[in-house]
Order: sequence, then C-alpha cells, then structure tokens
Amino acid sequence: MDNFLQQFCQQLINGISLGSIYALIALGYTMIYGIIKLINFAHGDIYMIGAYFGFFATTQLGVGFIPAIIIAMAGAAIVGIIIERIAYRPMRNAPRIAILITAIGVSFFLEYGMILLVSPQPRTFPAVFSPTVYHMGPLVANSQQLVILISALILMVTLSYIVNSTKAGKAMRAVSFDADAARLMGINIDKVISMTFALGSALAAAGGVLVGVYYNSIDPLMGMMPGLKAFVAAVLGGIGIIPGAMMGGIILGVVEAMVSGFLSSTFRDAAAFGILILILLYKPAGLLGKNVREKV
Amino acid sequence: MKRVNKLLSVFAAGVLFAGALAGCGGGKDAKQDAIKIGGCLEMTGGSASFGISSKNGIELALKNVNQKGVLGGKKVELVVADNKSEASEALNAMQKLISQDKVVAVIGPNLSSACIASSAINNAGKVLAITPMGTNPDVTVDPKSGKTRDYNFRACFIDPFQGTVMANFAAKEMGLKRAAIMIDNTSDYSKGLATFFKENFIKNGCEVVSEEAYLQKDTDFKSTLTKIKATNPDFIYIPGYYQEVGLIIKQAREIGLNIAIAGGDGWDSAKLPEIAGKEALNGTFFCNLYSPDDTSDLNKNFVAEYQKMFNAKPDVFAALAHDSAMAIVKGIEDAKSADPAKVAAAMAKIKDLQGVSGAITFDDKHNPIKSAVIIEHVDGKQTFKTKINP
Repeated sequence: MDNFLQQFCQQLINGISLGSIYALIALGYTMIYGIIKLINFAHGDIYMIGAYFGFFATTQLGVGFIPAIIIAMAGAAIVGIIIERIAYRPMRNAPRIAILITAIGVSFFLEYGMILLVSPQPRTFPAVFSPTVYHMGPLVANSQQLVILISALILMVTLSYIVNSTKAGKAMRAVSFDADAARLMGINIDKVISMTFALGSALAAAGGVLVGVYYNSIDPLMGMMPGLKAFVAAVLGGIGIIPGAMMGGIILGVVEAMVSGFLSSTFRDAAAFGILILILLYKPAGLLGKNVREKV
Repeated sequence: MKRVNKLLSVFAAGVLFAGALAGCGGGKDAKQDAIKIGGCLEMTGGSASFGISSKNGIELALKNVNQKGVLGGKKVELVVADNKSEASEALNAMQKLISQDKVVAVIGPNLSSACIASSAINNAGKVLAITPMGTNPDVTVDPKSGKTRDYNFRACFIDPFQGTVMANFAAKEMGLKRAAIMIDNTSDYSKGLATFFKENFIKNGCEVVSEEAYLQKDTDFKSTLTKIKATNPDFIYIPGYYQEVGLIIKQAREIGLNIAIAGGDGWDSAKLPEIAGKEALNGTFFCNLYSPDDTSDLNKNFVAEYQKMFNAKPDVFAALAHDSAMAIVKGIEDAKSADPAKVAAAMAKIKDLQGVSGAITFDDKHNPIKSAVIIEHVDGKQTFKTKINP
C-alpha cells in the first residue's frame, strides 16, 4: 500500500506539471471561444511559434529564461493579432463552419510554413538553467517542473486580474456577454478581439517556451497533439470559462499520468479523448458550465 | 504561327540533346575491356547522404582492387546511376545499368523500399544486386512465396538480429538480470528488435520485468518511467529512434533511474547527445553494424585511407558499400568469369570474407552472418565498446 501511495503521489507530480502546460494552452482556446465563438484550431501552432521565438531568443540573442519567455510572448501576441486581422476578421459575419475551416487552414499554413522556414528537423532547446533535482522522501521533482508550475500560476493569476479587474478586461467580458450591446455602449469590438487574440497567443507561447525548456526538443509539428489535448481541457472545464480551462488542463494532465502509470501508456491518448466524448454526452457545458437556456 | 515556331525549337533542342547523349555513349565504348559494376545509389533526394557515402566506399574499394586488377589484370569500374532516393526512380536506374551499361553486378539501393521495387528488374536480367543497408527481410526473400530471391543480397544484418545481440551482451557481458522494455508501437523495426531481445534475454536465464509502449512524437514519458522504476529493473531496452529515445533517457535520469539503457541503430545520431544531455547518456549502449573505431587492422587502414581520399570519417554506409564491392570482386574471382549469372552463383557461396565491418558469410536467405558492434556513450561521444559475434 505504501508503495502504491508513493507511486500515486509521484504520478500526481508528473501529471500536474504536464497539466499546467495544457492549462496555459487551453486558456487561449477558451478566451477566443468566449469572445467570438470560434474554436481556433491554429492555437496549438501559436504555441509552436512561441517555442521557436523562445528558441531563437536564447540561441541567437543569448538572453536568459525570463527575457526569452517575454520575447516569445510578445512575438506570438503579434502573430496572433496578425492572424486575426488577416484570416478571421474578414469572416466575422460568415457562417461559423466557414470560420472553423479557415482556422484549420491557418493551422496547416503555420505548420508547413514553419517546416519551410526552419526545416522539419527537431531542434534542441539550450539549457537555460541547470536542472536541480529535489528529493522529498521517495518522491522526486526537479526545478523545471517547479518553474513550469510557478510560471503557469503567475500567468493565470495575472490573466484573472486583467480580465476581472481592469477596464480592458471589463470590455472583454462585455463583448463576450453581448457583442452588439457592447458596441452600442461605445466599446471598440475590433480592438477588444485583437487584444483577446494577443493575450491568448502570449499564454500559448509561454507554454511553448516552458515545454521547450522542459523536454529540450521542439519541432514544427509539436503543436498538433497538445493543441488537441488543450481543446479537450477547455471543453472539460466548460469552453468560454477561464477558471474552467485551468481546472480542465490540470485534470487532463493528472488523468493522463495516472492512466500511463497504472494502466498502460498506450491508453493515455484514448483516455484523454474518451473524456471529451463523455463530457460532450453527459455535461456538454463542461464541469463549470451552467446550462443556459437558448434564448428564442 | 508562333506556336509552330515553339514546337520546332523544342524539337530541335530534343535532337541536340539526343546527339549529346549519343556522344557520351560513344566515349565510354573505348574502355570496353574494363569490368563494370553498377551503383544504383541515392545521389540526390532525401537520403542523398546515404548514396554519396556509399559511392565513396565503393571507389576506395575499387582503387585498391585495381592496383592488381581481377581476372588477370582487368580493371573494375564503377558506373553510378542516381535513384533519387525514390523507389520508382530506382527501377529506372536499375534498368539503365543492366540494359544500357551492361554491368556485371549492382550495388544498391540503400533504401529497402527501393530494393524491393527494383528487385524485379535485376532478377529478370539475371544480374545480382547487393544492398549495403537495406535491412527489410523482404529485400532478399519474396514474402509471397517465401523463396530467396536468387539475385538479391545484402551486406548488413537484418533488424531483429540486433535484439539478439543486445540480449546476449546485457546478459553475458554486463551480467544484468532484470530488463524493462519500451517499444515504439508505431514502428515494425522497434517491435522486431524487442521480440528478439525478449526471447534471447529470457533464454539466458534473465527476466523481463515490464514491457511498456509509446508512440512516435510522444514527449512525456515520466509516468511510464515512474511505473518502470517501481518494478525495480537493472536495465532498460529501448529499440526506438533517437528523437524519443533522447527524451526518454533525459527523463529517466531526472526521476532518478540511473541504470544501464540500451537500444539499436536507430540511436545513431549526433542529435542524441543534444536532446538527452551528455551526462544523462553515460551508461547507455547501442548496437550498430559498424564503428569507425573498430580496432581491426583492416578497418584501421580503411579509415586512414578514407580520411585521406575524402577528408571525412567513414560512416556505416561507406563501410558496408566498401564490403559490398569486395564481395562482388570476390564473386568475380571465384567464378573466374565476368558473366553476371556465374558471379551471382559464386557470391552465394562466399565464406568468411574479411570486410571492414566484419567477416561475411551468406546464409541461404542471402543475409550475411556477421558480427555487430556495441557502442557506448562516454560524455556524449560514441565509443567503440566491443564486437559481438553471432
């Protein structure tokens, strides 16, 4: 039993560090969905772009971890704004399915555009800080796992502050609640949407850099799977709800770690997508979602 | 009117080009008494480095052979046809070598898919083709009938053999008893190695304590490794490719799994130390076909001459193409003839031909029975550890 408990706690540590990355990506999904009801399938690729910004910042400019993450966030925010301006804004009033297909197109464009630019070879992320291993009795965690967790927490708290306590956040919530009414109140909707894309993309980029540091290897197709997983996390927590995305990400990470730890690693992805099916069948609004009656 | 002009000019260009080709052919006729060997190699395309290394290896082999010549002083000459790293182009290149250049034997292609595609051509033409690195079992054996293809040979061992080698090395040389296996579930190569490893490891009286699987492109292995750690193994066998293997080794060391880790030739990449980190790689081994640091005299000479001619260290493709060329020359000498069918028959009977990658004897499936090398990572550098005989 002791052995089981020890295994369980170790897998919990593994799961939470993986889950906080899912959570960072899921936040962007959720924010963008909340504001323009678009599942931005290119979001996983923004995460990849962020990882590359971080990579070039550390290798070419020789900066440390914190400046690299800031450069990556700023770079990805700009890319996010450009994508919204070029690909999504002209489709603002198009049927929802058309925008969704555009998003898939943007995703492929980013993936294969990056293959053209930086080659499909995986790159190894330089070690920006030396990993220290912490032993807590039989449990092991390393400094990178802690950095991921702490960075994710700081970013999430900052985001909550921006959304709940600033004027810009108020505008975002207003647009998300009712875009037309917000416009009538004098809110510049285009600006608010641009800002949402910038924020979401910056968070994904932070996730990308953290993953680069953690796993040491990045490639242009690295965003595909985490993008899908984060989507599951966003739906699990209730798409459009910011605390839901955080919770969904962590739950998903822990479930994956437990499944590979106690069942079999080959069932891990099946479990993640199984959750998506279950949640859509039994609680389509997500764990934190309220069933809102459709206004007629 | 304009269109007619265009057509005419295309036609004229075609005539000129054909003339130029004919001119080339005419020039080559002068060296008619040299024996021609074909190289159906990857000179361009995605695997161009394979073909270029192979060509270098063959040229070095022929340079040494031509100091004496074969069959009473005849020179052996290499004719290269580019297969562009594609199966369909390999067919064309093979056809050209056999019907146009009338070669005695062909070396190449290196890619298994290209070997399988072009085998119909060289078998119909009754000209032998030996692949330096085509490891798929179907290259020399027709999977439908189960019969050995008469005119296909290879200079490398087939994949599963590596599993056997590593099991014997771990059990006998390292004295390890409890292995965990991590299989890349998306690759037949990985599954083949794992099956043979398990079978032979158990045969040596050892135990496989856990078997886990992963998929290509996976990045997080900590949960699986934590599970493996709980079963208390003294060895992990990971017959995968370097990208995932690098991450697995890195994460294994991070969770405090400081035991021996080993794999197959999929590990052979300069990227591995970058991904895993030099320190994490200490105590890891892999099995390969060839190491330039092999201490045999034959290999030492080969490496020195190669470095002089091409200003680079020979890789596995150069070494195996070199040995392929030596096998063909031996076949010509044994047959006492440059008749392609006789050479092929003589080559099948080769015993203990000393090559730079070890001794070659062909079995009834035209696979060589040969030794493998074990390479150890020491501070991120590949170091020759030992040679294991079958």
